[in-house]
Amino acid sequence: MKLRLIVDGRPVALEAPPMKRLLDLLRDDLGATGTKEGCGEGECGACAVLLDGELVNSCLVPVCQADGREIATVEGLAGSDGTLHPLQQAFWETGGAQCGICTPGMLMAAAALLARDPAPSESAIRTALAGNLCRCTGYVKIVEAVAVAARRMRRASPRRRAGARRGPVSRR
Amino acid sequence: MPSVPPARTRPRGARAAERVVGRNVLRREGREKLTGQAIYVADLAVDDAWWGTTVRAPHARARILAIERDPGYDWSRAVVVLAADLERRGYANVAHLIHDDQPFLAASVVEHAEEPVALVAAPSREEAERAAAHLRIRYEPLEPLLDFEGSRASFASYAIDKGDLARGFAAAATVLEGVYRFGAQEHAYIEPNGMIAWPSRDGVRRVQGSMQCPFYVVHALARLFREPEAAIRVVQTTTGGGFGGKEEYPNLIAGHAALLADACGRPVRLLYDRAEDMAATTRRHPGRVRHRSGLDSDGRLLALEIDVRLDAGAYATLSPVVLSRAVLHAAGPYRCANVRITGTAVKTNTPPNGAFRGFGVPQVAFALERHLDRLAAAAALDPVELRRRNLLADGETTATGQAVADAGASRQALAAALSRSRWRSTRRAHAAYNRRHPTRRRGLGLACYFHGSGFTGNGEIRLGSVAAVELAPGGRVRVLASSTEMGQGTRTVFAQIVAETLGLPYERIETVDPDTAEVPDSGPTVASRTVAVVGRIVADAARELDRALAARVGRPPGRRWTVATFERAARRHLAAGGERRFEARFANPAGQRFDDRAYRGDAYATYAWAATVVEVEVDLVSFEVEVRRVVSAQDVGRAIHPRLAAGQLEGGLAQALGWGLFEEVVMREGRMVNAQLTNYVLPTAIETPPIELAILERPFAHGPFGAKGIGELPMDGGAPAAVNAVAAALGVDLTEIPATPERIAAAWFARPPQERGA
Ligand code: FES
Ligand code: FES
Repeated sequence: MKLRLIVDGRPVALEAPPMKRLLDLLRDDLGATGTKEGCGEGECGACAVLLDGELVNSCLVPVCQADGREIATVEGLAGSDGTLHPLQQAFWETGGAQCGICTPGMLMAAAALLARDPAPSESAIRTALAGNLCRCTGYVKIVEAVAVAARRMRRASPRRRAGARRGPVSRR
Repeated sequence: MPSVPPARTRPRGARAAERVVGRNVLRREGREKLTGQAIYVADLAVDDAWWGTTVRAPHARARILAIERDPGYDWSRAVVVLAADLERRGYANVAHLIHDDQPFLAASVVEHAEEPVALVAAPSREEAERAAAHLRIRYEPLEPLLDFEGSRASFASYAIDKGDLARGFAAAATVLEGVYRFGAQEHAYIEPNGMIAWPSRDGVRRVQGSMQCPFYVVHALARLFREPEAAIRVVQTTTGGGFGGKEEYPNLIAGHAALLADACGRPVRLLYDRAEDMAATTRRHPGRVRHRSGLDSDGRLLALEIDVRLDAGAYATLSPVVLSRAVLHAAGPYRCANVRITGTAVKTNTPPNGAFRGFGVPQVAFALERHLDRLAAAAALDPVELRRRNLLADGETTATGQAVADAGASRQALAAALSRSRWRSTRRAHAAYNRRHPTRRRGLGLACYFHGSGFTGNGEIRLGSVAAVELAPGGRVRVLASSTEMGQGTRTVFAQIVAETLGLPYERIETVDPDTAEVPDSGPTVASRTVAVVGRIVADAARELDRALAARVGRPPGRRWTVATFERAARRHLAAGGERRFEARFANPAGQRFDDRAYRGDAYATYAWAATVVEVEVDLVSFEVEVRRVVSAQDVGRAIHPRLAAGQLEGGLAQALGWGLFEEVVMREGRMVNAQLTNYVLPTAIETPPIELAILERPFAHGPFGAKGIGELPMDGGAPAAVNAVAAALGVDLTEIPATPERIAAAWFARPPQERGA
């Protein structure tokens, strides 16, 4: 089928079988290999992307469902000038990325969390990341990275802080 | 006996002057990993590459009667490689390791399910799989040997004897026996295994992929193709976790990919999916340990009799060395005059078990630490008190008679873990909680353990690893070593060590991805040796460079350079035709001596020590365990990069909890039946508790800046600490892991109703 979608802000038009996995479309057709495959069965979250802002495992999404929609991957997180997203910077500084294979998915899951809850508690962070497996870190520094990034992002855009009151107040 | 100096070896002043070591510099390869730009093997674009697939045996043991190609299938777009082809081409069908008993492809008999029987490559993955499905393989199933207890085929056995066991038991006031069983564990690195191989061109075969030990692959391929090692070039791609799982098995995958490339004359990518990786590649050795021990009336260990039995699987692979390390750590960090330790690794018709972080130590530490809790109960002693009375002190000797100058670090670790966890008050609070709560029970568990850094015994001397530094343009220095980065931070830490040794800024030091055409063989990236052993060689190489440049400009060596003075000296040195590259070789700096026949002496150059406390809450309805907290004190010698060190400790502890409580490999007829992440349960961010660390630093005089090996230590004791906590919470006896809800429920209902108190 003919597909039109927006990947990391770039419009893309191409031909693909409707049941092709979104993950393969990204990696094979678009060469966007930043999104990883860890299991292909929806368990590890390494392939996580945002589909119209919603966190999905791209190994479980047939491309027909992505038609006409907007996809955000790890490759679009940093600014076009190379400035890292606060989440990326915090992961780097805290040690939230070791081998890095879970990192693209972790970052997208964390981005989805911070979009709806700018001041998540530790347990909210852990719950939000529970669909993403990491075998290297024991999650300690990942949880820390998300909390650090959330704090920095709130400081950077104080207007968002008002929204933060909806969520539980972070103690960190 | 190595002369390991007491506690603080270097004056505090020297340490205070360190500028790079001990600091949390930004890790190398950070930006690439965070932006999705890092290239893992599956991300590598290779023009015109074909896809490979491996056809595996469905039987645990069978004779191969025939392998035929379906005549109705179009084979023009596929290549097939069988054992017979290797023979025809004069290749050696043996995956070189220790006993050289494992073939690349089964020839006439299949020794385990999932054993590779044929290789197929085609232009796409789908075509390769379709072609593979059109191979007709007929087997005659044979009776498999699946019970390791009943196996008489031993790949290796060892014995350690110290003192007089009979006398020890004769004097004992309490004697207790126990049998402790443990299951296998999947490495579950999130990046499955994979390799890409190119056909031989200009006399060189190239292989690139996910691995821990590039030179292991070189050795294995040189043997396979009967070519000199210089004809094999191996390059590591960014590796998404290893934990031992990418130590030896990649040899096989690389060989398979190279055979296919050889057959089709094109590059071939051989990438495992999750199910194949879980079912076919190595796992942690399952097995059992038997204990019989005697305690005097003061609670001091008088006799330890330990027998270790590991299930090696169908081929020896690394089992002899795993067993050796298990036996050498089986008596733990404890003092005991009369010890007998025996161990054997036996064959079964199951996929070979292999290297996994801890390398035999988690198994024996589980058995010993669980046994000590039971022994304490038998002697009506507090489990903490039992350990306190028996942990080694500085200068005391291990089971092999090795006097270890800093052994008292084990006591420091225990004290730190107890105080950080508020052991006493928490236990009191638990008692009150457990009386009050109708369906939930809390408990605390403890484990003390140690881990020898580097290869066992004379292993490092035999290995003779080499590392180098070289002058790079612009007054920079490049580190050359085959030690791989797979998440731990190898490149970062090596750069820190060189920067500190020369007095240059961290940013001035470059590191490269291991490419065997460029880097010297610094040995495999295993055995907690990267920092403690290779890091030291890297520092030695940097000192060689320093000496040469210092001599060139006529100043004394060993003084910090500035960027400007270094750049000037480097330019002068090169202009005068001086060497660009400086190598250093392992020189047994600790003077280690080990008798590998009698199993006596300095088993390891140094040990790292730890104590871990785990707090759990168990539900009496579901018998699910919630790990509330982990507090761990670990002696690392020196934390070159405290954050990376903490990352190792936390990650290792999480894996240990997984092995002890959640992760169960279910085998049926010699096959793993839950080879999927859907039913092999890995701990998520929810099951993994907050982890509090106390990092202790008793420096190892011969490690770089005092560093010891820490990669494996955290894996060793988390499981027994967790299981001891569950046992304490419920007052039950648990002797088998993983301690799943089913096993815990069984232990609970085995108690008389009046003792269950629920
Ligand atoms: S690859 Fe999609 S969830 Fe694992
Ligand atoms: S950093 Fe390796 S899996 Fe998460």
